[in-house]
Amino acid sequence: MIETLAVYLSVLALFSAAWSLLLVVLNKPLTLDTGLTLGLAFGVVLLELGLVVQAVIGIVELVGLDREISGVTFVGYLLGPVLVLALAAFWSIAERSRWGASVLAVGCLSVPVMLLRLYQVWQGHA
Amino acid sequence: MPDTTPPDPTHPDPTPRPDATPNATRSGPGRLLIAVYGIFAIAATARSAVQIATRFGEAPVAYLLSALAAVVYVLATVTLAVGSRGSRRVAFLACAVELTGVLVVGAVSLLVPSWFPEATVWSGFGIGYGFVPLVLPVLGLLWLRHTRSAG
Repeated sequence: MIETLAVYLSVLALFSAAWSLLLVVLNKPLTLDTGLTLGLAFGVVLLELGLVVQAVIGIVELVGLDREISGVTFVGYLLGPVLVLALAAFWSIAERSRWGASVLAVGCLSVPVMLLRLYQVWQGHA
Repeated sequence: MPDTTPPDPTHPDPTPRPDATPNATRSGPGRLLIAVYGIFAIAATARSAVQIATRFGEAPVAYLLSALAAVVYVLATVTLAVGSRGSRRVAFLACAVELTGVLVVGAVSLLVPSWFPEATVWSGFGIGYGFVPLVLPVLGLLWLRHTRSAG
């Protein structure tokens, strides 16, 4: 269950990162009043909600797990992307130049990296 | 009545502060730099906390270095974001310590690998993190120099 969701969330994160980079290249600030910026905001909010759902499912599955994995690290990688993406979103919104979208790109790119580590910890390679 | 609009009281002119331009370090490319610093601060702090809490005895030197790196990243993130004259000085120190750390630990980890049985963020000049730990302090110092006020 958690593996499938992580793959979907990684794809969405990479898609949002590419969208952010497009805004950087087009030199568009995150004004949230154009279709391009609102579409990106929708993607990032959807990603954040997905990460929260994943964190809840992950913790429930961890409690019912019948093998040994590094629980603390696992929870860390469940909550890490939730925190990082939210901070990146707020930090990017306050910037009124193309660099705002670049912050969002970095925030989105960090998500699949953390989800890969999450998967590795889930498989038992702590 | 055109041209006689009174100044909007909710948006007063920002009064110039004595400590130069507080926004300079966190706008433009600085915002991206601080974001990357922030991610490293969170990652290093979380990683170090888990290492020290669960298996400190296995590699105390490496784990203490991880903790030091975490503190430096947090300090650099916060002081770069604040950007006042005093905090710029701390940011400069943090970047300098960071650059020294990644160079020294990078060199030692290659020359005497047995000292670092567990990799730190600075091992191999930060190769495990795409050399970002090596590039970050350089960019930080360059950015501090770039945003230095003329006075």
